[in-house]
Amino acid sequence: MASETTTGASEHAVGMPQLDISTFSNQIFWLVITLVIIYLVLSKIALPRIASVLSDRQMAISNDLAKAEDLKQAAIDAERAYNLALSEARAEAQTIIEEAKAEIKQELLVATEKADVEISKKAAESEKAISEIRKGAIKAVEEVANDTAQAILGKVMPSLSNEATIKKAVSDRMKD
Amino acid sequence: MTQSLTRKGNKAVSAETESAFNIHPMDQFVVKPLFGGELAWYSVTNVTLWMGISVVAVIALLVIGTRGRAVVPSRSQSIAEIIYGFVHKMVEDIAGKEGLRYFPYIMTLFMFIVLANLLGLLPKSFTTTSHIAVTATMALAVFVFVTLLGFVKNGTKFLSLFWISSAPLPLRPILALIEIISYFVRPISHSIRLAGNMMAGHAVIKVFAGFAGAMGFGAVFPIVGIMAVYGLEMLVTVIQAYVFTILTCVYLNDALHPAH
Repeated sequence: MASETTTGASEHAVGMPQLDISTFSNQIFWLVITLVIIYLVLSKIALPRIASVLSDRQMAISNDLAKAEDLKQAAIDAERAYNLALSEARAEAQTIIEEAKAEIKQELLVATEKADVEISKKAAESEKAISEIRKGAIKAVEEVANDTAQAILGKVMPSLSNEATIKKAVSDRMKD
Repeated sequence: MTQSLTRKGNKAVSAETESAFNIHPMDQFVVKPLFGGELAWYSVTNVTLWMGISVVAVIALLVIGTRGRAVVPSRSQSIAEIIYGFVHKMVEDIAGKEGLRYFPYIMTLFMFIVLANLLGLLPKSFTTTSHIAVTATMALAVFVFVTLLGFVKNGTKFLSLFWISSAPLPLRPILALIEIISYFVRPISHSIRLAGNMMAGHAVIKVFAGFAGAMGFGAVFPIVGIMAVYGLEMLVTVIQAYVFTILTCVYLNDALHPAH
């Protein structure tokens, strides 16, 4: 550092330039100008602008929140209406089902009755037919028995082959 | 490590003898006229240049950066809004709602100091806030403004700032003396803290740089040192701007609400 003093004080700083009082007025002059300019720029342009942007944003956010709240309410209302409609529709469907069931039951009843009548009619007819057949069959059996008895008696003991007695005997037997 | 240290020492000694090892850490703080001539109070100097650059930076950040006025901000607008919100909250938290009237003044101080400090970290730049003349002017302005404001707002009640009514009566005169001394020391500590921090950091970087220039390959060590100190200085510049501003808010709060 000793060489510094020999090379000349004009080239290099001696001690602290901060304590060189001759530069103070210059620095203070420019500092005041700088601060005044910055103050004017900030207070006239920058700060009001940033403040308005911030308040705009705040407003936009609260508006959006209110809108979201409204939409949420609308969604809740819509859901409620939907549920109401759904339960109404369900009730209606229930009544329709009940009606349909009753109708079907009624129809079924009628059809069953009709079928019963028809069945009984048919059964009576069949019974009649069966009894006729049976009657016919009995007569046929009797005739066959008569014929058979007559034929047998005619062969075995022709003296006894009286037609009337045979018939009587056969019909007596048939009654048992 | 020890080898390199001895080598560093040898180099330093040899450089000293060759008189090539000239470190002038204070040269960066010299105020000099840009266009020659004698230094007068109105001369255009490197002070003018770098203060002008801070003004341009303030305008670029806070005016041009916010020209979109976007509800969804751009990056520069975001930075401007963050700084605005930061200082606004600081003033409101410390000095209360009444303090917000003085928000533009405090914002002016903060923007100037933080940008002057950061610009001073550019190589070859001049750090206006490393000069006690600059910081003392601001600190005195704050001191005078706050003192006058205190008397205007509170009249003689402002003096209750020095008369601590919660202390026992015999102690009060002693405390009052201490309070008054500390009150008048405020502008000194306020200004020297900022200028001292700025000057010390820059001088340290310059000293390391001088070592690097004289050490050849060994310059790796001072260069790593410069990087570390530079990172620290980035932090210090912003913190010192913050400290200066927050102290201004504290003094403002004392003026607005003198009762302890």
